[in-house]
Amino acid sequence: MTTDQNSDPGASATAGLPTSSSVTGEPDLAEADFARDTGATSLGDYVRDWWARVRGGEVGALPAILGLAVLGLIFSFASDRFLSVNNLANLVQQAGITVFIAMGLVFVLLLGEIDLSAGTASGVCAAVMGLTLVNNGDLEKALGRPTFIVVLLFLAAAAVAAGFSRLWYAVGIIVIGGVMMAFKIGTTNQIVAIFLAVACGVAIGSVTGFLVARIGIPSFVVTLALFLGWQGVLLQFIGNGAAIPTSQFNIINAISNGNVPPLWGWVLYIVFVGGYIAFTVTRTLRRQAQRLSAEPLTLVLVRGAVLAVVGAIAVALLNQNRSPNPNFPIEGMPYVLPLMIALMVFWTFVLSRVRFGRYVYAVGGNAEATRRAGVDLSRIRLACFAICSCMAAVGGIAQASRLGSIPSDAGGGNTLLYAVAAAVIGGTSLFGGRGHARDAVIGGFVIAMIPNGLGLLPSLPASANFIITALVLLLAASVDALSRRRAAAAGR
Amino acid sequence: MSESPLLEMTGINKSFGPVHVLHDVDFSVHPGEVTALVGDNGAGKTTLVKCVVGIYPIDSGEIRFDGKPVTVHRPRDAAALGIEVVYQDLALCDNLDIVQNMFLGRELQQRGGLLDESEMERRARSTLASLSVRTVKSVRQVVSSLSGGQRQTVAIAKSVLWNSKVVLLDEPTAALGVAQTEQVLALVRRLADAGLGVVLISHNMNDVLKVSDRIATLYLGRLAAEVMAKDVTQAQVVELITSGRSGDIGLKPAEAAATTI
Repeated sequence: MTTDQNSDPGASATAGLPTSSSVTGEPDLAEADFARDTGATSLGDYVRDWWARVRGGEVGALPAILGLAVLGLIFSFASDRFLSVNNLANLVQQAGITVFIAMGLVFVLLLGEIDLSAGTASGVCAAVMGLTLVNNGDLEKALGRPTFIVVLLFLAAAAVAAGFSRLWYAVGIIVIGGVMMAFKIGTTNQIVAIFLAVACGVAIGSVTGFLVARIGIPSFVVTLALFLGWQGVLLQFIGNGAAIPTSQFNIINAISNGNVPPLWGWVLYIVFVGGYIAFTVTRTLRRQAQRLSAEPLTLVLVRGAVLAVVGAIAVALLNQNRSPNPNFPIEGMPYVLPLMIALMVFWTFVLSRVRFGRYVYAVGGNAEATRRAGVDLSRIRLACFAICSCMAAVGGIAQASRLGSIPSDAGGGNTLLYAVAAAVIGGTSLFGGRGHARDAVIGGFVIAMIPNGLGLLPSLPASANFIITALVLLLAASVDALSRRRAAAAGR
Repeated sequence: MSESPLLEMTGINKSFGPVHVLHDVDFSVHPGEVTALVGDNGAGKTTLVKCVVGIYPIDSGEIRFDGKPVTVHRPRDAAALGIEVVYQDLALCDNLDIVQNMFLGRELQQRGGLLDESEMERRARSTLASLSVRTVKSVRQVVSSLSGGQRQTVAIAKSVLWNSKVVLLDEPTAALGVAQTEQVLALVRRLADAGLGVVLISHNMNDVLKVSDRIATLYLGRLAAEVMAKDVTQAQVVELITSGRSGDIGLKPAEAAATTI
C-alpha cells in the first residue's frame, strides 16, 4: 500500500524508473517531453507562447514600442515639421538626459526600490565637473577649504561603505577619483573632470545604498531626504542664482551638441545593427543545433530586418545637412545617440549575462528566496544604487552639455520624475523584478517626444504638455498593474 | 531495508532559553526510504529540521552523516554534505524561469564569468526528466506561469540538482489540490526510489501513509515512536501524535518501538 505509487497523471507509459541520483547523463526518452525546448520552434508556436506570456503578465517591450510609433504617427500628421531633420536631432538631444537617468533607475526599480535623489544628484555630479574645469582643475579653490575637505571625507566614507560590501569596482572608482581630486592630478583635462563626476555619482550611490541596505531605512525616505540634501549641496557649490558655464569646453559641449561625422555614423550603424543581427542569429542557430530552447529564426530575422531599416532611415536622416546656413553644415547624429546605445548594450549585458544581473532580478522577484540561495542582498542593493547614481552623473553631464551651463537648480524640478516615468513607460515595473535597460531608451524617447511634438503645435496651450504626459504615464502604469494582476491570477 | 542510515541524529537536545524544545531526540534517515516526520503544532518538527541544516545549533547530541560525525553550522555546510530542504514557501522567484530558479545562487559560469546558460538549461532539463516530470512544456517558462504543483516540482527538482543525498520536504502538499497532490507524492516516492533519503513533514495522514516507509512521531519535543508505516494504522498514528502513545507503542515503552527497526 505504501510503495506502489506510479500514478503520475502526466506520465506517459514509457516513463521508466528514474536514472539514479546522477543527472549528468542525457536521458533519451524524456527528450520529447520538453517539446517547446528541443528542436526548432515554429513561428505559430512562438506567437502562441508569446500570447500566453502576455496573458501571464509578461508584456515585454511591445506596448512601449507601439506607443512610441503611435505618438510619432500622430505628431507627424499633426505637424509636417515633426519628421523634419532638424527636429529629429533635437528629439535625440532632448531624450538623452532622461534616458541616462532612467537607465540607472531601472536597476533600482528592478529591486522594487526607488531613488528620488537621482535628479539632484546628477546636478551635484555635474557641478563637481564644471567647477573643477572652470577653476583650472582646482576644486579646492572653487569650494573653499572646509567644503572641499567635507567632500573628500564624503568620498572616503563612500569608499568605506562600498568596501564594506566588497564592491571593489566602486571602491576603485571612488578612490581614484578622490585621489585625483585631492592632489589635482590631471584635473584640467575634460575627460578627467567627467570621470570625477562619475566617481562622485558612484560615491553618492554607495552612501544611498549603504543607508538603505545596511541601515535599513526605506529607500523612499532616504532618497527623499537626499533629494532635498543634494539640492542644498548644489546651492552651496554654485551659489544662489549663479551658473557654471560649460560651453567653452569642447569635449563636454560636443556630447549633446556635437555630431558624429556622417561616414562614422554609418560605421557605428554597421557595428551596432550588424553586431546585433550577427549575435542574435548565431545565438539562435547555436541553440537550435544544441537542441536548447530558441526563438524561431524567422522572428529573429524579421526583428533584425526591422531594426536595420529603422536604423538606416534614422542614420540617413540625421546625416543630412540641417543648418539654415549652407556655409556651416550641421550633419550627423548627435554624440548622445551612440553613447546611449553603447550604455544600453553594456547594461543589458550586465543584467543578462553575468551573475550580478541575475541576482538583481532575483532580489526583485523574491528577496527571501535569494537570501536563502546564499546571495548577499545588501551587496546587490548597494551596487544598484551606485549604478543608479553613476548613470545620474552621466545624465547630469549630458544636461550640462545641452544647456551649455550648470545652473544652481540643475537636476531639480521634473528631471527625476520624468526619468521614473520613462522607465515605467518603457515597461519597467515599479513593483520590482521586471525591466530592461532598453526600457529607459524607449520610455525616454516617449517622454521627450510629447513636449517636442506639442511644441510644434502652437494652437495647443502649454498645459496640454503636462496633462498628456500624465495620461501616457497613467496608461503605462496601468498596463504594468494589470499585467501584474493577470500574473497573480495565472499563477494559481 | 536494513541499510545503514544516511543521516543519524542521536540524543539531540535543544532549548530556547527556558523552553526545552527537543528532548533526547533520535532520528534517522535511510537511503531509498521516505521517512515521515509527524507531530502536532509545536511538537518540534520544524526545530528538528532547522537543527539538521544548521540554522539552529544543537545543545547536545550527535549528528552522523554517512556514518561519520559531522558538525553543521550553516545551511551551506548542510548543502555541502548533500542535505537540502524544500521549505513550505518554496523560495522561488516568480519572475525568473525554471532554469534560473533551479540554479539560483549556484549559477554555472563559463570562463570569464559569463553565465553558462546552455549547460544550465541542459542540466535542468535532464534533472526534471530523470524525475519523470512531464508536465512542463519548457524549462524556460517563467515560474509565475506555473501551477502550484508545478512550482512544488521545480522546488523539489532544485533540491536534487546537486546530487544531494537527503532531501527534507516541509509540507509539500499543504497548498495543493487533489490531482497536484498526487503528482507531488509520486515525485516524492520517485526520489526515494532513486536512492535518496527523503524526509516528509506533513499534517496529512493520508499522504503520510501513502508514500512513507517509516513514520517518526514527535510529541512535545520527544520522539514518541519511529515505526514502519506498514505496521500501523491511521488511527494509531493520530493517537501517537495527540497523546504520544498508542497501545504498546509510544513514549513509555519507547525501547519496544526502537527494536522493530
